[in-house]
Amino acid sequence: MNNKTKEPLFHIVKRDNLPWYHAWGIRFLAIVLSLVLCALVTTLTTGENPISVFGTIISGAVGTKRRVWILLQNLAILLGISLAVTPAFKMRFWNIGAEGQVLAGSLASAACMILLGNKLPNGALIAVIVLCGVLAGAVWAVIPAIFKAKWNTNETLFTLMMNYVATQLVAYYIIIWEVPKGSGTVGIINASTEAGWFPMLGGNRYLLNVLIIAAMTIFVYFYLNYSKHGYEIAVVGESERTARYVGIKVERVIIRTLLLSGALCGLVGILLVAGTSHTITTTLAGGQGFTAVMVSWLAKFNPIAMIFTSLLLVFMGRGASEVSTVFGLNQAFSDILTGIIIFFIIGCEFFLRYRVSFRKREKSEIAEKGGEQHV
Amino acid sequence: MFDFTAFIPRAIMQGIPLLYGSTGETLTEKSGNLNLGIAGIMYVGAISGVIGSFLYEQSTTAAEMNAFLAIGIPVLSCLVGSLLMGLIYCFLTVTLRANQNVTGLALTTFGVGFGNFFGGSLIKLSGSDVPSIALSATHKYFAAKLPFAAKLGWFGKIFLNYGFLAYLAVIVAFIAAHVLNKTRTGLHLRAVGENPQTADAAGINVQKYKYLATCIGSMIAGLGGLYYVMDYAAGVWSNDAFGDRGWLAIALVIFTLWKPNWGILSSFLFGGLYILYIFIPTGTNLATKELYKMLPYVVTIIVLVITSMRNKRENQPPASLGLAYFREER
Amino acid sequence: MKEKQAAVQMRNITKRFGSVVANDKCWLDIYHGEILALLGENGSGKTTMMNMLSGIYYPDEGQISINGKPVSIRSPKDAFGYGIGMIHQHFKLVDVLTAAENITLGLEEKLDLRSVSKKVREICDKYGFEVDPEQKIYDMSVSQKQTVEIVKVLYRGADILILDEPTAVLTPQETDKLFAVLRNMRDDGKAIVIITHKMHEVEDLSDRVAILRHGQFVGDMLTKDTNAQEMTNMMVGHPVTLNIDRPDPVNPKPRIEVKNLTVRSMDGIVKLDDVSFTANSGEILGIAGISGCGQKELLEAIAGLQPTEKGSICYITDEGKKEELLGKDPLEIAEMGVALSFVPEDRLGMGLVGNMDLSDNMMLRSFRRGKGVFTDRRTPKKLAETVVQELEVNTPGVSTPVRRLSGGNVQKVLVGREISSAPTVLLTAYAVRGLDINSSYTIYDLINRQKAQGVAVIYVGEDLDVLLELSDRILVLCGGKVSGIVPGRGATKRDVGMMMTRLGGNKADE
Repeated sequence: MNNKTKEPLFHIVKRDNLPWYHAWGIRFLAIVLSLVLCALVTTLTTGENPISVFGTIISGAVGTKRRVWILLQNLAILLGISLAVTPAFKMRFWNIGAEGQVLAGSLASAACMILLGNKLPNGALIAVIVLCGVLAGAVWAVIPAIFKAKWNTNETLFTLMMNYVATQLVAYYIIIWEVPKGSGTVGIINASTEAGWFPMLGGNRYLLNVLIIAAMTIFVYFYLNYSKHGYEIAVVGESERTARYVGIKVERVIIRTLLLSGALCGLVGILLVAGTSHTITTTLAGGQGFTAVMVSWLAKFNPIAMIFTSLLLVFMGRGASEVSTVFGLNQAFSDILTGIIIFFIIGCEFFLRYRVSFRKREKSEIAEKGGEQHV
Repeated sequence: MFDFTAFIPRAIMQGIPLLYGSTGETLTEKSGNLNLGIAGIMYVGAISGVIGSFLYEQSTTAAEMNAFLAIGIPVLSCLVGSLLMGLIYCFLTVTLRANQNVTGLALTTFGVGFGNFFGGSLIKLSGSDVPSIALSATHKYFAAKLPFAAKLGWFGKIFLNYGFLAYLAVIVAFIAAHVLNKTRTGLHLRAVGENPQTADAAGINVQKYKYLATCIGSMIAGLGGLYYVMDYAAGVWSNDAFGDRGWLAIALVIFTLWKPNWGILSSFLFGGLYILYIFIPTGTNLATKELYKMLPYVVTIIVLVITSMRNKRENQPPASLGLAYFREER
Repeated sequence: MKEKQAAVQMRNITKRFGSVVANDKCWLDIYHGEILALLGENGSGKTTMMNMLSGIYYPDEGQISINGKPVSIRSPKDAFGYGIGMIHQHFKLVDVLTAAENITLGLEEKLDLRSVSKKVREICDKYGFEVDPEQKIYDMSVSQKQTVEIVKVLYRGADILILDEPTAVLTPQETDKLFAVLRNMRDDGKAIVIITHKMHEVEDLSDRVAILRHGQFVGDMLTKDTNAQEMTNMMVGHPVTLNIDRPDPVNPKPRIEVKNLTVRSMDGIVKLDDVSFTANSGEILGIAGISGCGQKELLEAIAGLQPTEKGSICYITDEGKKEELLGKDPLEIAEMGVALSFVPEDRLGMGLVGNMDLSDNMMLRSFRRGKGVFTDRRTPKKLAETVVQELEVNTPGVSTPVRRLSGGNVQKVLVGREISSAPTVLLTAYAVRGLDINSSYTIYDLINRQKAQGVAVIYVGEDLDVLLELSDRILVLCGGKVSGIVPGRGATKRDVGMMMTRLGGNKADE
């Protein structure tokens, strides 16, 4: 008790409301600061000056037409998974199993391509692929949902474990289907017949994927914001008791929403296999299932804002991978930059919700304590 | 006949990183912080140790290495690396009250990236001319066993056949259990995780406990990564080799109902499940082995479901787990 | 009166939450050897003021002095250091810990639960408490938990005790016991502050009263120099006549018939035991009882939200046809054509969604209407505008999240939505809790208008005076059983009070 009149230096007050331009200003500042730190880190590891580092990043991301298309493709996939997990998140169902749900969709479409490749006309085959892939993703997501609805089983860990079960299942089938035997990979599926491959629009491999995801963005936006289902999801997410009070069947909403969430993940899995890579590996989803969680959350579950958050991450990721190539560093460099950017955006939310106010001290007190504290 | 004297030591060695991870995560969760970044923290712990000992090995020769420094440098760098990760997590979730799930995932992305980046670029960055990171000299110190262990037959093989970090893991788990259940610090920590408003009203510094538990938890988890690379993997770093053990460690916390002493046997059990596929004869059928690798995950799922069905008061997670605390919230 | 050194002096205390000013330049003096009643309506800043004294909040402006010395109380720990202990309305106990563990929480001595238990037993013996130090909190009754709280404060040697509405959850017997203990402590020289808004408790127990209104200090005086009317006027700010309209019921007909209803909670405790009654149209049926006697379960069972063990709940149509409601969920009840409205106790946790705006909250009941997969946003918005206008809801607009509104306005939004569907049955739980006098009268008026339109109203209340003035009949619950049903006209507070504590109430004076 020796410092009886010592007061806290500052204290934190909850904000009531913030004008939108102020809020976006804070977010923008956070992104700029994170980019500065990214540049600093890059400079420290490569010895290059920050300006030219940014040059390399930009050229890596959008330097050539091909790079622009790859950027768009990566953006489409990340955005697609982010959109897919969003209905579940809006319901406060922490689905971090997008990785597994995408893989399930991929596995199903690869299975269709391999097993039915020569038995069906191409149009029918693609229809079957889409059906199976979507179904597989939905099943993978609905299993944890059923247990969550019935027994409130922790969905975060359940969906996470389902990722690894899916990975091992893919590993199992890769060995069964491997071409040539002993290689541990399945190679390009139907390389000669191109059976089950999605058509190239205007001779471009990626355009179809981009268009499908664009349509998905619009769908998810309207579904969440204007449909009856979307409203139910919002109510369940905010308060299960309120939902029950107005007669919403919470269990049914959980299961229905995860069916949708998983189905959309499955669709992205199909795009990865039948749309672009035409093969399957255990790392096909490449951790994007986790990145998607962050994209969705950073965008406050708003599909339109997700376009920008995923673009930021994909842009930096592509740029960082160019930096690693140029300087002979490891590709994981982009994960470090992604982490830094996300830390800043997460952190800045605090300043949107709270105000830090420094205390004004009365003169008499300062005189008493001889100005021991500077405010 | 199933070869238990070969299986048990390997299961235990697999289990040690999980034990470190789950002990660290249990402490963290007891303070109400759900740290999904533990997987990334274990990577950072491992690579920090590797960087430390790599630089040390490069600066001297195997013959001149000092046992104290050979162990002390990697352990210290591992602790510092994982502490920094814990601090990032605490700063974001405790001070800035960010969402714990998202922060944890970001930390994992960052940590795994950090590990793989330095694992893949350390040689180039340090300008040395070795072909790969193989810290065999350091490994010798970490894997040093009691000299008479080999003479004690099966007993020695099962109980005395490990490096010092393995015994430390068990000791740390026992200490954590004791602190949680028998000391005032533990009582206060449990109160913070259960009901921070109450703890705060009782004069407990909630932020301090959250910071301390999470940072100490991170350092313990980091040691798991260090054990893996220095002892189990014989000092050889390869990217992504540590895999999903961090996530399994988090699952173990639920499996053991937030009791670190239960974690000891459970993590050995999980370690066993992890490598069971090697011991089950499948002949040339490699595909089936891939299915056996599912075991730890499937078992985790089954355990999750069973614990959620048996809804007992004492078996619940800390009540405020995952929630940020703000005293003046209204 | 001789000049005494105040144990606590609070001067010019101001505290804001966002744009809400909870306390505005408040003054307060607390003396040793005295029981001070801190009076004020809900939302007048009593609790906030005491939270600043106990270190939960930190004042934005102002100065606190203890025994004449200016101090800064930055945390509950500081407060303990000055001998200040607060017993909160919502108990600050950790459920999974034992009483002894909770009592020793936050102290710095070495953990020795055996010696804690011993000391706890000594304190209990001294004041006549009954606490088992090894019992877990989640196994305890409300009054046991409160006892643990008081023992906790005494264990720390507090000599300034603050009790926030301690009697709200107690039976009259438990209240008497508590008051006896408090008087003992006062005679010990301790300073005691009791926050309340019950006049009879103030007159019964306190030596001095201090009154707050809308976050401002109105005045303080010796209890013996004042009376209930004067204190009420000071609390409200203008002379009040507490008269509630009670028109005679028009053409009452049975509407809801409850027979032998038994409800068991999740942990197997009987919450309602063989409850039977009838609620008539055009009539207000008041439900009285000590809190937690099954009121909540009763309303939720009728609304289709509470699983029941046995019995029946019938809805009787205008034509006299009986329809069973039991076993149906709210949606199925609505699909049967039963217009049942329910204003639950937990407004923001059940009746409304705090983070949604007014229009979206209006949609809760109606979002399924209309064909197609999309929701109709226009009608709810119009309804929100109508409710805001007719009930004089104070809000920046219909797109403001309801959690930003004050308690009274939140309740107006909820009641407005519930009566907008032209119900035939209206269930309300603690409809005026936390509301100021004006808002309360708006709500009484709305309920009376529903009654005039032939609605069967079931009104669960906690204020007996209001129940007696508003209800046509009063059903008294005691421990989940029906203790009696009395006509509202002519019943006395004493009779109903007796029935609340003893089944039947007649053997009260043994």
